Amino acid sequence: MAAKITLRVNGKKRTVQVDPATPLLYVLRNQLELNGPKYGCGLEQCGSCLVLLDGKAVPSCRMPVEAVKDQSVVTLEGLTRKNGELHPVPRAFVQQQAAQCGYCLNGMVIAAVALLAENRHPDDDAIRNGLQRVLCRCGTQARVIRAVSQAAQEAQP
Amino acid sequence: MKKTRSATPVSRRDFLKGAGCLTIGFPLLGGEWPAAYFPGAMPAAPPEDTLPGSLQKQPRINAWLEILADGRVRVLTGKMELGQGIRTAIAQVAAEELDLDLDRVEVHLAETERTPHEGYTAGSGSIENSAMSVRYAAAAARQKLLALAAQKLGQPADQLTVADGGVSTRNGKRLTFAEILDGKQIEDEVRLPVALKPKGSYRWVGKAVPRQDIERMVRGEPMYVQDLRFPGMVHARVVRPAGYRARLLAFDRGPLEKEFPGLLKTVVNGDFLGVIAAEEYLAVEAHRFLKQRVRWSAPAALPEGQPLADYLKNLPGETQTVQEKGTGAREPSGGTSLRATYFKPYVMHASIGPSCAVARYEDGKLHLWSHSQGIYPMRESLVKMLGLAATQIHVVGVPGSGCYGHNGADDAAADAALLAMAYPGKHVRLQWSREDEHGWEPYGSAMRVEIEASLDGAGRIHHWHGEVWTDSHSTRPGPEAANLLAARYLEKPFRMESPGYLGGGHRNADPYYVLPHLRIIAHFFEGPLRVSSLRSLGAYANVFAVESFMDELAEKAGKDPVEFRLAHSEDERAIAVIRKVRELIRSQPVAANEGIGFAFSRYKNAATYCAVAAKVAVNTQTGDVRVRRMWAAIDAGEVINLDGIINQTEGGMIQAASWTLMEEVRFDQQHVSSLDWATYPIFRFSDVPEVEVAVINRPEQKPLGAGEAAQGPTAAAIANAVYRACGKRIRQLPIRPEKITG
Repeated sequence: MAAKITLRVNGKKRTVQVDPATPLLYVLRNQLELNGPKYGCGLEQCGSCLVLLDGKAVPSCRMPVEAVKDQSVVTLEGLTRKNGELHPVPRAFVQQQAAQCGYCLNGMVIAAVALLAENRHPDDDAIRNGLQRVLCRCGTQARVIRAVSQAAQEAQP
Repeated sequence: MKKTRSATPVSRRDFLKGAGCLTIGFPLLGGEWPAAYFPGAMPAAPPEDTLPGSLQKQPRINAWLEILADGRVRVLTGKMELGQGIRTAIAQVAAEELDLDLDRVEVHLAETERTPHEGYTAGSGSIENSAMSVRYAAAAARQKLLALAAQKLGQPADQLTVADGGVSTRNGKRLTFAEILDGKQIEDEVRLPVALKPKGSYRWVGKAVPRQDIERMVRGEPMYVQDLRFPGMVHARVVRPAGYRARLLAFDRGPLEKEFPGLLKTVVNGDFLGVIAAEEYLAVEAHRFLKQRVRWSAPAALPEGQPLADYLKNLPGETQTVQEKGTGAREPSGGTSLRATYFKPYVMHASIGPSCAVARYEDGKLHLWSHSQGIYPMRESLVKMLGLAATQIHVVGVPGSGCYGHNGADDAAADAALLAMAYPGKHVRLQWSREDEHGWEPYGSAMRVEIEASLDGAGRIHHWHGEVWTDSHSTRPGPEAANLLAARYLEKPFRMESPGYLGGGHRNADPYYVLPHLRIIAHFFEGPLRVSSLRSLGAYANVFAVESFMDELAEKAGKDPVEFRLAHSEDERAIAVIRKVRELIRSQPVAANEGIGFAFSRYKNAATYCAVAAKVAVNTQTGDVRVRRMWAAIDAGEVINLDGIINQTEGGMIQAASWTLMEEVRFDQQHVSSLDWATYPIFRFSDVPEVEVAVINRPEQKPLGAGEAAQGPTAAAIANAVYRACGKRIRQLPIRPEKITG
């Protein structure tokens, strides 16, 4: 049942031997040992497992791995440069201390990066809309909004 | 059975005279310690007369901290990181007493035989117990290091300076902590008096010190139990029954093994059914296959469709008078009386990451990695369930997704342990599904509260009679096996003996106000759903009721609700938070369809003070209620981490606003039917209010936990705001649109 599948993850080609129906999330976490995308519901309801697929934020928990062969997958890890420098969005999350348990942070950061790629100057409503699919139970949303707003301001030319 | 206790807790009189300082201010404290002890420091605080609770039980210094060869210090805590930032707060107090940079302190979380046994990470007690134990242990370590260095360096201790993990003389001779100890640890017991660092010279404590773990999170570093990977680790899932009391009728391995030849193991133990596979997806698929095919007996029917508020009141149970003051006389002269009934449904913890654990059993020893809030008590339950000795079970606490109380963490650990023992020699990773977590976690109990009170001729409360109906608020593991879910379904099942009714149900049922006549009665029932500790326990429902009723009484008395509360308050710290929150909303515009509501409570009537204001907008046509903004003023005594308190309070308000407006666990005859985020919706970004928190720091007071202070006031502030916005008094949570339009 298992097949060889080659993926492009965080700019690198990675070949895995898995059942092609395996959801991308499990491949990222188990075969590629990435921690960013998290299992939250397996139902595409909570946003914990978001990844950037050709720049768009999509849930990875139900997407069969074979369906993303030709696309570029970027995970949370892919937002950190080789020299360790953080992307402006995660950097703003650190500066705003926009987390408690941090389990939802992956989805928040990925959704925010995708949002800012489409809308460089989102207002409060646009930030809320952009992050609507990501659930947080600790109640850090107010901080997350501040972090995304800060990242948007810093990214301004 | 009748239980009474003092009507006025001692701590109520223990208030600070005069107003507190709102930001970080440090009063000069008089003290008995020679200033020379800390050269250049302000006078030291007087010694406390008792050691913190956890330290009394484990008084050895090296139970709490170890000096590392590279000059760093490792602090050992029996508490767990739950997202509340306890690691940072504990590092702050240790770095403070030892004059270290914060990054020189490493915090080791709960682990059996490694860290102190500190019970559960619960009840807002981690700062009070663990952080304060570390403070005293670090201060005692400093004393010891100075005394030893004085001998080695041939100089009196008061001529020495502690800095950067070492002790120096004035002429530049220096020994590191490790050199002073010759590589040994400090095994002395902490004894009073302990010279604590004067608060005026604090460098870390009281500041908004950023949490270092947030940067590790955004880098995707392994942080959580879900991120653990071991060579050869295998993946497991457990197939839960069709309902609480359903039994496994028939299980035929044939079709399963034919469909999934790669399955490593199918574990059947009574009604406990689990699958183990090398690939996680295979375990997921096998679980799905079994779920559709396994036949269960019909469980005892749940009371579907019955009005719960009445159903629960009529269940048989025990009744206790928990508070009685005055004559209880109900009829004042020339006054009026009022009564009302409030209800709060079952609410779930609803962690974003379902529970998870890793277990490995080999050579008679079980290793277990768990996000349990209480690894030592959980081990006691595992001992009974597994028939192992405590010395055979090693539990490592690893953070999980935020839990907000007793969620599925311990149950997942028990599942993993059972599976690992059935499949020895491998690390078995057990991951609960979303449906497992939603459907099987122990919820916060549904509660009914009835209050009757009378006002005297001057509009003051004369008597207050409150009754609470509640299930247990703690069915945590330790020592009973049956508190672990799987234990009830084994071939030799463990039965829940008693749900264990402690004080959690009537927590904050007695108002923190001056009331001449007061009686509080608690009724304990055993309800249809599995329950345990959810953040703030009964305080959420009780404060919702008490503080809604305070507004109803204020209206009856013709008084402003904030003034009405102030008129019934005598504790300056209570008065300060109420006044502060009023100040925060002073210039708020309020539109025609909007209202601002207030509420206050002191958590457990003995801990953190919190006043909350909520501004809501109500659409009376659609019933839509929006919480636009929320404000809190909080006094948690001495501030350890300012941003930690703010973060907990912001989050506490947002989470409790979600409970208040949206949440209710639903069930049908068979089982819970709130099984995902569509059937149990919680706040999303479009629902979340702006939040603002003012912290009143009381450096001279005991530091208190701040994570459970805002929930109750949040519910009442929202309900009071809804009433002010549209004239509708909602007494049954959640505040759903149909209750506005109906």
